[in-house]
Amino acid sequence: MTPIAITMMIIAMVTIWGGLGLAMWNLARHPEDEDELPTPEEMPHEL
Amino acid sequence: MTKSSASRGGTAAPARRETFSSRRLFILSAIGSAVGLGNIWRFPYVAYENGGGAFLIPYLVALLCAGIPLLFLDYSIGHRFRGSAPLAYRRLHRAAEPIGWWQVLICFVIAVYYAAIIAWAAMYAWFSITQAWGDDAEGFFFNNYLHTADQAGLSFDFVSSVFFPMLAVWIVTIVIMVAGVNKGISRANAVILPLLVVMFVILVVQSLFLDGAMEGLNAFFTPNWDSLQNPGVWAAAFGHIFFSLSVAFGIMVTYSSYLKRKTDLTGSGMVVAFANSGFEILAGIGVFAALGFMSVASGQAVDEVASGGIGLAFVAFPTIVSEAPFGAVLGVLFFGSLVFAGLTSLISILEVIVAAFQDKLGWSRKAATLVVTIPIALISLILFPTTTGIHLLDTSDAFVNQFGILACALVTVIVVSAGLGSLPRLQKHLNRTSTVKMGAGWRILVGGIVPVALGYMLINEIQTKSSEQYSGYPAWFNGVFGWGMAGALIVGAVLLSLIPWGEKSKLKDAEYEEFNAAEELDGDVDNNREDVKA
Repeated sequence: MTPIAITMMIIAMVTIWGGLGLAMWNLARHPEDEDELPTPEEMPHEL
Repeated sequence: MTKSSASRGGTAAPARRETFSSRRLFILSAIGSAVGLGNIWRFPYVAYENGGGAFLIPYLVALLCAGIPLLFLDYSIGHRFRGSAPLAYRRLHRAAEPIGWWQVLICFVIAVYYAAIIAWAAMYAWFSITQAWGDDAEGFFFNNYLHTADQAGLSFDFVSSVFFPMLAVWIVTIVIMVAGVNKGISRANAVILPLLVVMFVILVVQSLFLDGAMEGLNAFFTPNWDSLQNPGVWAAAFGHIFFSLSVAFGIMVTYSSYLKRKTDLTGSGMVVAFANSGFEILAGIGVFAALGFMSVASGQAVDEVASGGIGLAFVAFPTIVSEAPFGAVLGVLFFGSLVFAGLTSLISILEVIVAAFQDKLGWSRKAATLVVTIPIALISLILFPTTTGIHLLDTSDAFVNQFGILACALVTVIVVSAGLGSLPRLQKHLNRTSTVKMGAGWRILVGGIVPVALGYMLINEIQTKSSEQYSGYPAWFNGVFGWGMAGALIVGAVLLSLIPWGEKSKLKDAEYEEFNAAEELDGDVDNNREDVKA
C-alpha cells in the first residue's frame, strides 16, 4: 500500500470508529433513568 | 386489557404501547435496521467509484450535515408523537398524515422484494460449500439458479430453488414479528447483530491474509482529490448516507415511538449513526481485500474486477470463493452476513407497516402482524421466485426505493420545516431529554441544507430515469412497475389518509393523552394550535 492510501485508511478508521467510541462513551456517562425503566407489571402484553 | 381478554377478543388493543425494555435494545435494533445489504455491497463500490480515500470527506460531511440531522428529525417525530409513521405525522398535523402512509407503502414495496435477496444469499451460503457455480458464476446465477427470462415482464414460471428459501425467510420473519417489540424484534436483534459483527470481522481478517489484499486496499483508499470538484461525487455521498441510515421512510419514526419518555435520543442516535458507518468501513476493507485477491488471481486490474450490488455479491464473490484458500468458509461468512444484515432490516421495514395497521385499527400485536405480514408474504412469493423476479426487483428498487424515498424525504422536510414550522418544537423535544443538544444549526441543516441536497439528487434521478429506459427494459414495464408504482404509492397514501380514525384506533388513546400532558407540563407547545397561532 502507498503511504497516502495508508494515511487515508488510518484517518477513516480513527474518524469513524473514534466517533463511535466517543458516542458510546458519552452514552455510558449518562445511564438510563432508572425511574423510567418499566416494572414487570407495566410491561405490555404483546400477544 | 389483560392478556387473556386480548387473546379472546383477537383484535382487542393492548393496554399500553409496547416499549423497548432498555435503551441498549433500541440501539441494537436501530443499528440492525440501518446495517443492511447496502452497507456490505453498496458502500465499498460507491466509495471506490467516487474518489476512493478522498470520498471520506464528502461522506463525513454528508453524515454530519444530512444523515444525523435527519435521523434526529425522525427520532423527534416518532418519540414526541408516539406512533407509527401515519399516526405520528397525524398527531403532528392532520395535513401531514399522507406522508406517514407514503412511507408505509414504500416499506410495503421494499419488503416484498427484500425477502428474495435474503433467500438468494441463504442459498449461496450453501452453494459456497458445494461451489455449485463451477467456473461460470455469472452464468450460474442468472441461468442455472434464477432461470432468468430473456425479456422483462410478469411471468408465473416459478423457480423452486428461490421459492422455498423465500418461504423460509418469511416464516422466520413472521414468527419474530408476531412475538412483538420486546420478545421478537429486540431479541432477534440482540442475537443476530453481534453474530453479524463477529462473522464479518472473521471474514475481514481472512480476506486480509489473501494474496493481493493490500493491492485491493490500496485501490480502495488511494484518494483521487480531483473527484472532490465533481458535484456528482458529493451527491453520491449524500445519497449513500441517506439510504444507509434508514432515514425518512418510517423505520426510525416507528422504532423511536417505542422508547420510554425520558430517553437520550441524540446520544443514542450518534451511536447508531457511527456504528452504521463503522460497519461500512469494515465492509469496505473486507470487500476490497477480497477483490484485490481476485485481481491478482485473474491477472486483471482492481478496477476491472470491482463491482457493487448483485454483481459483487452473486458474481464476483462466488469467483473469489472458488479461488481463495478456505473459500467455502469465506463464502459462508459473506453470504451469512448478507442474510443476517438483510433479516434485521426486513424486520424493521415490516414493523413500519404492522405498527401503522395496529394504530389505525386498534388491533392486538398478533392480529395486526398476521393480517399484515401474511398477505405481504403471499404477494412476495407470487411475484419474485419467478423467472422475471429479478427484473421486477430491479425496477421496483430503482423507482420505489431510490426515487420514491428521495421524493418522500424531500416532501417530509419541506412540510415539517417550511410548511408546519415544527422544527423549533421538535428541537426543544430533542433537547429536553438528550445529552447532545441541538441548536439553530440543526434547524438550518434540516430546513435548508437537507432539502437542497435532496432536491438536487431528486432532479438528477428524474433526469437519469427519463433520458433512457431503465436497464433497457420495455417502456410498458418501467411505466407500470417503475413510474406507475411510484405514483400509485402517492395516490394510495392520500386515499389511506382519508379513511377516518375509528373509535378503537390509537389516535386519542389515554396513554398518549397522559404523555401529551406531561410533555406540555415540560414546556411543549403545539405551534399549529389555533389559539397559539392567534
